[in-house]
Amino acid sequence: MHPIRKKRLTIVLFLLAGLAVAVGLSTYALRQNINLFYDPTQIAAGDAPADVRIRAGGMVEEGSVLRDTESLKVAFKVTDFTESVTVEYVGILPDLFAEGQGIVAMGRLNREGVFLADQVLAKHDENYMPPEVADALAKASESRDIAAEATKTLTN
Amino acid sequence: MMYPELGQFALILALLLAVLLSVVPLVGSVTGRDSLQAFARPLTAGMFVFVAVAFGILTYAFMVDDFSVAYVANNSNSLLPWYYKFSAVWGGHEGSLLLWILMLAGWTLAVAVFSQRLPTVMVSQVLSVLGFVCVGFLLFIVMTSNPFERILPNIPTDGADLNPLLQDFGLIIHPPMLYMGYVGFSVTFAFAIAALINGRLDAAWARWSRPWTTVAWAFLTVGIALGSWWAYYELGWGGWWFWDPVENASLLPWLSGTALIHSLAVTEKRGVFKSWTVLLAIVTFALSLLGTFLVRSGVLTSVHAFASDPERGTFLLALLAITVVGSLILYAVRAPTVHVRVRYGSMSREIFLLLNNVMLVSATLLVAVGTLYPLVLDSLDMGKLSIGEPFFNLTFTPLAIAAGLLMGVGIFSRWKKTDAGWLARKLLWPLALSILISAAAIVGYGEFKIMAFLGIFTAVWVAVATCWDLWDKSNSRKGRIHGLKRQSRSYYGMVLGHLGLAMIIAGATVVSNYGIERDVRMELGDVATVGDYQFVFTDVGQRQGANFTAAYGGFDVLLDGRKVAELHPEKRQYSVGMSVMTEADIDAGFTRDIFVAIGERISDNAWAIRLQYKPLIRWLWLGAFITALGGFLAVSDKRYRIRERATEPKAKLDDSGSLVASPLMTSATTPVMTSEARS
Repeated sequence: MHPIRKKRLTIVLFLLAGLAVAVGLSTYALRQNINLFYDPTQIAAGDAPADVRIRAGGMVEEGSVLRDTESLKVAFKVTDFTESVTVEYVGILPDLFAEGQGIVAMGRLNREGVFLADQVLAKHDENYMPPEVADALAKASESRDIAAEATKTLTN
Repeated sequence: MMYPELGQFALILALLLAVLLSVVPLVGSVTGRDSLQAFARPLTAGMFVFVAVAFGILTYAFMVDDFSVAYVANNSNSLLPWYYKFSAVWGGHEGSLLLWILMLAGWTLAVAVFSQRLPTVMVSQVLSVLGFVCVGFLLFIVMTSNPFERILPNIPTDGADLNPLLQDFGLIIHPPMLYMGYVGFSVTFAFAIAALINGRLDAAWARWSRPWTTVAWAFLTVGIALGSWWAYYELGWGGWWFWDPVENASLLPWLSGTALIHSLAVTEKRGVFKSWTVLLAIVTFALSLLGTFLVRSGVLTSVHAFASDPERGTFLLALLAITVVGSLILYAVRAPTVHVRVRYGSMSREIFLLLNNVMLVSATLLVAVGTLYPLVLDSLDMGKLSIGEPFFNLTFTPLAIAAGLLMGVGIFSRWKKTDAGWLARKLLWPLALSILISAAAIVGYGEFKIMAFLGIFTAVWVAVATCWDLWDKSNSRKGRIHGLKRQSRSYYGMVLGHLGLAMIIAGATVVSNYGIERDVRMELGDVATVGDYQFVFTDVGQRQGANFTAAYGGFDVLLDGRKVAELHPEKRQYSVGMSVMTEADIDAGFTRDIFVAIGERISDNAWAIRLQYKPLIRWLWLGAFITALGGFLAVSDKRYRIRERATEPKAKLDDSGSLVASPLMTSATTPVMTSEARS
């Protein structure tokens, strides 16, 4: 083979090898680290898998925050105003965590349907709404409207 | 007062000048008309002046609290100290875009000023390409993001305040540094496009691009480091890198930019990898644009996403698409005509730098996949998911280690051909020394972890190889001092860059593996232990700041019973937006940070407290600054000035100008002729 061709071939092979390693590593890592989002309605319906790291979110229900005064344990409910899910968390909550705020939590659902969070995210701005939560709320209110329509037609 | 309208008017004038700049000199360079090319510098200067006037007017509006300007009313408040009023200019979308444009115009002006000895054709084309980029961003600001929009006639009595997170020294300088980097790559891009247009992809082109690229890259390095530092102390919880899409958006051009400065070095010294270098230059600028798009369009949600305006996102995406598609088409048409006939062995510095590029590009791809995959799925309505930190840690770390190990070897390699046996013997002692030092470090930190050892070894290996090479090179018959003096500034720049990188790797490894983080419930008088340190909760109180009230706690930090620090973390309540913010207190040190932050109140006399021991965390930012310093030092090397002075007198250049223009015309006309011939 012509030496320059050979050199080019080596270069291309190097590049391909690098690319293959990158793709291999990333697909492997991706498969284990994708965290799907579920809203409270999906969780209540049993759509979310138990014992898998997922994300869940919604509005923190008014009056639902229960704090243990002897440790950092805290429990609260997130809701999309159709269903709600109990979240348990041990640690420090973000500054903008408050009742009536939209939050997203990372963690696992246990067999009893309680979400054990290892991370709670509220965003940096008091007017900010996590897009997943906004979506979930919109979906829930839509389905409520449909349900209301349905009952209306039924009663009529 | 009409002055805000003048600001908008100045922007429109700047836009008109940018349009002229993007057309006139380019046409002049292609047709060989000097009278048109002569417009390049005056047009650039004019554009810069009008952009600067607009920026000055906006700054003035902030300084005098002119709340009739909507942007001022939304991002400032009369209670803000003056320096935050100043930084609030870029505290929101419109103003930060204006800052971006100011930098772009500034870089363009810098090219116009510092290119006196470049061929006229090159200058005209580079300035025209930059003018084109300016047109894009000026159109963007004029059409979608006017910072001078007014609230009339009901002028608010006071502003809505700057987001408290942004009221911080780090945020005064973080965006300008980052933008200097992002925007600086547009110069490299312009050089690449100009070289493609006139078919002059040679060592001279690489030498012109190199200092600009290095400066942009050094600014970007500083910008990223400042962002990381700011997140560490201001977001309140002591993390220094979150693999947040916004951070990744700045890391992407940094990674490909790092590949680019190495590949440019090969192109300049050895005249190879030309097509690859041009492609990298295009990709790096495209990634800068992508970063801007991600951060500014609102597809991402973070402290950086000011407003989710779909119109803005679409505009930026269109700009990105035009740039990428346009330059790739140009690349496809022109790049294959650039042939290389230089030989190098399969064991040579060229090959090691090629491998370095493979690593860096792979890393860029990994980060891009992890960042964009969820966005693409979401936009296709295929579900909402996020890719967590573990993905990046799992994939990025091995690549970083591999790149570091390779670099140590590459430092000793020679151009063209390196004897493998010689290289192996050369590496023996540095290798032994590195193993010894990293083993000692692990013993010092007390616990063996495989990742910690690999990381520390990589850092030590890079540092030892760099210093060893410096020692070798400084060997001189006139003595060591003379030998050290004889080395060029660009060599020292490389040494600093690599030593800085070694510090970053060391810092990242040690803090991730040996850092301790504890969240505890504490009452007054409680003592908590973190590693070797004791924290005593001694005090709570209130204090009044300029525009906030703060509840603070007092902590004594003890080491072996001796008090080493007294920290006062705060919980601030800002009076205007009623937002709450955690202000951590940190005892910073060269070998470790002690970090305390207050969480929420658990009961009447108990608080949630975060205590952290962060060994070597300062090395991350210190290393980044040293790396950037290396970049600036390399650019100050006198060879960039000498070579420029050595270029031919002006008359000859104009000559070559028309010569250079002709290949483009032939290549443009040849296909037409052949197709005619066929038909």
